[in-house]
Amino acid sequence: MATRAMTGERPEEPRLEIDAAGARLRLLARGDWVIDSADRLERLAGAVRPLTQTRAEIDLAGLRRLDTVGAWLLYRIERALAAADIAVDYHYRTDTQRRIVEQVRASDSACAIEPPEEHILLTLIEDIGVATVRIVTDFGALLAFLGNVFLRIGRSILHPSRIRLTPLVHQIEVVGFRAIPIVGLLSFLIGAVVVNQGAVQLRKFGAEILVTDLVSFGFLRELGGFLAAIILAGRSGSAFAAEIGSMVMREEVDALKTLGINPIDVLVLPRLVAMVLVLPLLTFFSDIMGLLGGAIMAWLQLGLTVDQFINRLAEMSLLRELYIGLIKSLFFAGVIAISGCFQGMTVEGTAESLGRNTTAAVVESIFLVIVLDAFFAVFFTTIGW
Amino acid sequence: MGKGDRQSGEAVIRVRGLVNRFGAQTVHDGLDLDLHAGEILGVVGGSGSGKSVLLKSIIGLNRPAAGRIEIFGRDQAQLSDAEAKAARRSWGVLFQEGALFSSLTVAQNVQVPLREYFSLSQELMDEIAAYKIAMVGLDADAAPKYPAALSGGMKRRAGLARALALDPPLVFLDEPTAGLDPISAAAFDQLIMGLRDTLGLTVFLVTHDLDSLFTVCDRIAVLADRKIVTTGTIDELLHCDHPWVKEYFRGPRSRAALAARTAQAGQNGRREG
Repeated sequence: MATRAMTGERPEEPRLEIDAAGARLRLLARGDWVIDSADRLERLAGAVRPLTQTRAEIDLAGLRRLDTVGAWLLYRIERALAAADIAVDYHYRTDTQRRIVEQVRASDSACAIEPPEEHILLTLIEDIGVATVRIVTDFGALLAFLGNVFLRIGRSILHPSRIRLTPLVHQIEVVGFRAIPIVGLLSFLIGAVVVNQGAVQLRKFGAEILVTDLVSFGFLRELGGFLAAIILAGRSGSAFAAEIGSMVMREEVDALKTLGINPIDVLVLPRLVAMVLVLPLLTFFSDIMGLLGGAIMAWLQLGLTVDQFINRLAEMSLLRELYIGLIKSLFFAGVIAISGCFQGMTVEGTAESLGRNTTAAVVESIFLVIVLDAFFAVFFTTIGW
Repeated sequence: MGKGDRQSGEAVIRVRGLVNRFGAQTVHDGLDLDLHAGEILGVVGGSGSGKSVLLKSIIGLNRPAAGRIEIFGRDQAQLSDAEAKAARRSWGVLFQEGALFSSLTVAQNVQVPLREYFSLSQELMDEIAAYKIAMVGLDADAAPKYPAALSGGMKRRAGLARALALDPPLVFLDEPTAGLDPISAAAFDQLIMGLRDTLGLTVFLVTHDLDSLFTVCDRIAVLADRKIVTTGTIDELLHCDHPWVKEYFRGPRSRAALAARTAQAGQNGRREG
């Protein structure tokens, strides 16, 4: 035990004395043959050349400390000599030395460090194939999931007594109520920024008063619903995926199934319904806060009083813009809830999969919200709204 | 070396008056523990008795509220950052599930501590990784695999290879056989004993596995009532009167493990005789 490395001790310089005078090649190892001096040990081991002798002895009598790295480099010498048909004997001072050398010798088995690299073209083609298959199967799974959800919605409508109110109310609180501060603050700030920047541009035409049109049309038609949707996608879409996903991982979903409870009823529908109920409300709230931010910025920057601001709003017929925003928010809500829940339900057991699906839920729902928004913009313009 | 003469070695770890608190809950209250050089000490205790907290306090992942922890005679609380880093070289830790870095292959995992502490030639590092992997009983084709592709037992072995990368004289094993099938668990026990004998390791083993306790441990420390209530060999603990110890070591599962050990010892005796 005394030969073992203890902390803080400076290793003694390792040496290797080569005595080639006799009939056997004698190698005397001295000092500490430990990992700290690995560089030097490698050079010492590399310097040993087979000479005329047919036998060699590695003498460890003068060796102070030996660890497996030192033993490995002794073994390297042994291997090099053996390759030149020189038989090698060891002379050990302690039993520990013998055990370490024998252990290392027994563990000589070369291995690859990294998996074999494939040709870049091959991996490219493979990746494309894998991605294609995944997209198709994912799409199929999504359709099946959607079908299932609609089926359960239908059944819930036929048997309203089976709707689970407690989780629904809980989700409304978590998804809607607790999002009020962040939605309000961001909308207020964006409303103020729209007016602030709009005024700079409109001043060129002497039409600063039109900032009211800019902020009201902008918020009611586009920004309010969009902001609320993006915030909920980041806040709740990810939470849906993570919550349901961790339940899948812990086999809670399987437990529900074995108890005869449909996981869609208890996990997906409350979240979906809560989202659909709450997002239009938050959209409306976002509209109001955006207008408020705009009004305050118009008052600070342009000296427009709140009265004037409200009068200007009243002159415009904004009801239609409000409806457009609210209708869109219903679809945004569906997309966010479905993709969050779907990603959660398709988690596969590992923590990496949970992280991947949570990210996918957010990316996917924000992407779909933007695509839907673009689609609606064209659609409402085409029908003349 | 028989089991008896290992206990005479100097203390590698000495814990005195350790106190750990989380909020109002006191986990350890004046805990004392000694680990002697060259022995395998098993630490047992009920769920939630603070075995993992004790382990984390000793390896410096958790700062205790009070008490003194000495490793190789040096008070861990007094070390500077640089000294603490140097001290960490002298021990390896195997976490419960191996805690392998998932973005690295097994061989690269073994090389992480080598890279961190030394600048070795790539050839030597690859050779070191290869023999360490062979030493813990893994096949060479496990080396280029990512941890996700390994079974539970292989992960523990790979974790042990990483823990042993710097040839530490001291290793901490946190429930190394938990969740393994009996065959893998028994093989892992044998591996630990074999490496202890060849490399002269001192082992701090947190475990719940009665078979491991009976086969590999030289001494067992029992953690109950917020301190180490008793330490001793299996035979000593079998005669201990502490109620928890009594229930643990004289329960039906313990008796079965003891019977298995006795039967095996008898068999070995016959074979040698």
